[in-house]
Amino acid sequence: MNVLAIAGADAATAFVEIGCVALVLAALSRLAGRLTISAIPLYLLAGLSVGDGGIARLQVSSEFIELVAEIGVLLLLLTLGLEYSAEELRHGLRTGVPTGTVDALANFVPGFAVGLAVGWELEAAVLLGGVTWVSSSGIVSKVLTELDRLGNRETPAILNLLVIEDLAMAVFLPVAAALALGSDAFSTARTVGIALVAVGVILLIALRLGDRLSSVLEPGGDESLLLAVFGLTLLVGGIAQHFQVSAAIGAFLVGLALSGPVQERAAALIEPLRDLFAAVFFLFFGFQIHPADLAGGLAVASVLLVLGGAGKLASGWFAAARAGVARPGRIRAGVTLMARGEFSVVIASLGAGLASGHQLAAVTAAFVLLTAVVGPIAARRAGAVPLATRSP
Amino acid sequence: MPEIEETLLPGVGVRHEFRSESGDRVSVVTHRGGRREIAMYDRRDPDACTGVIHLSIDETRLLADLLGATHVGETARVVEQEIEGLGIDWVTVPPESTYAGATIGDGAFRTRTGVSIVAVLRDGTTIPAPGPDQVFDAGDVLVAVGTPDGLEQLRSLLAS
Repeated sequence: MNVLAIAGADAATAFVEIGCVALVLAALSRLAGRLTISAIPLYLLAGLSVGDGGIARLQVSSEFIELVAEIGVLLLLLTLGLEYSAEELRHGLRTGVPTGTVDALANFVPGFAVGLAVGWELEAAVLLGGVTWVSSSGIVSKVLTELDRLGNRETPAILNLLVIEDLAMAVFLPVAAALALGSDAFSTARTVGIALVAVGVILLIALRLGDRLSSVLEPGGDESLLLAVFGLTLLVGGIAQHFQVSAAIGAFLVGLALSGPVQERAAALIEPLRDLFAAVFFLFFGFQIHPADLAGGLAVASVLLVLGGAGKLASGWFAAARAGVARPGRIRAGVTLMARGEFSVVIASLGAGLASGHQLAAVTAAFVLLTAVVGPIAARRAGAVPLATRSP
Repeated sequence: MPEIEETLLPGVGVRHEFRSESGDRVSVVTHRGGRREIAMYDRRDPDACTGVIHLSIDETRLLADLLGATHVGETARVVEQEIEGLGIDWVTVPPESTYAGATIGDGAFRTRTGVSIVAVLRDGTTIPAPGPDQVFDAGDVLVAVGTPDGLEQLRSLLAS
């Protein structure tokens, strides 16, 4: 309704505003490309520099931008779900439970403990644990590709760990969302219960009937597939939200359910759309951070950088060692996993309504900023195998 | 024949590797879209690759041809390794077939059996990736990909 109203009265202003936002994002993305880093930290910084309430300066399009940001989260999660085939997920579940457990302990605990130590409520501390837990699969796979490490022996261990984290998020996200929403212990327990059951059911359907859904979507051109996947994502997301399961998880499970050729086509089709909407989401997340929280956020984030870095080093080391990789490869694996990104921001955005929500957002932005920049640089250095040692 | 080891690379594709007689490890990463990377390894740190060659789909075919593999075999193996439950079959069009002289589209084989015809072999030449208007004759060999059931149906359709 809102959008229609804009089109009638203030269309010109809205177009100018949205156009400016998009152009700023374009410039940032280009800068990130030039610096060979992920664009996510730059989007966050841009939102931050405009400061709290930056969105309010946009006169007519603020609600539209907010909606775009929310759709951005759905599309981010959809593409995360689309990334892996059902076979890869099953393989991950079969073989990756020990490494996944080590990874969860070594990286959830630091965030959770620090959250409690700085005096936040339990819910915010749990969310911060989630923030430090998950690596950015986007950044990690980009680093692996750019450094030509796909052939390395530790690489399957790294990628499998990303799969497990993805699956773990299917459980963690709805629980965290329910925690953040719950008012008293009983209602929280109930929403968590409902969320878990719903996720279990959808996941089962996704893995069992994913093939059928995919074959229904298969015929027809790219246009109809794009619209169908986009529509399905919003629909399932909306229904999930209705049952307090967080729309993001609904979208994620749609991605998991699609398989085979449809999965690949959908991933390619959705990607540009995702980039557009997700960029707005990161910017919007930056908008919500109070400049006053920033200094404290940076201090906490620096502590987390050390603890979370050590945590990832431990889990990468463990995962690579299980794959029979020698010491240099284990270090490479750990360092490569250090970068946090899109998932961490999504988790932190769940806590917007909490008392410590603003601080959580500031810490997360600073943490993502640090790890997303430091991680890839460290990964590059960790892999510096002197070429001269190769015998002729 | 050296033993080939296959490793899943979730989100990326598959990696196959083997050790050559001279002791070098060679691996081929097949991306989901079909791009390949050929990697060689450091002898001191056998977990890390020292050199990577990036190949597009066309370049992969070119290299395979240079190494002596035929185009069809290449395509067939790709299909076989990627999808479980999918078979490939070489079906000769029988002389009495009602479809001899028809186009692939006329037979509507894909719609009726779910089987795709990926190549037509005729007199020692290969017509790769034929379109629906490709004519085939008795004695031609159709290279078909599909489920075992679908391939069986295609055989009996062609014999009718």
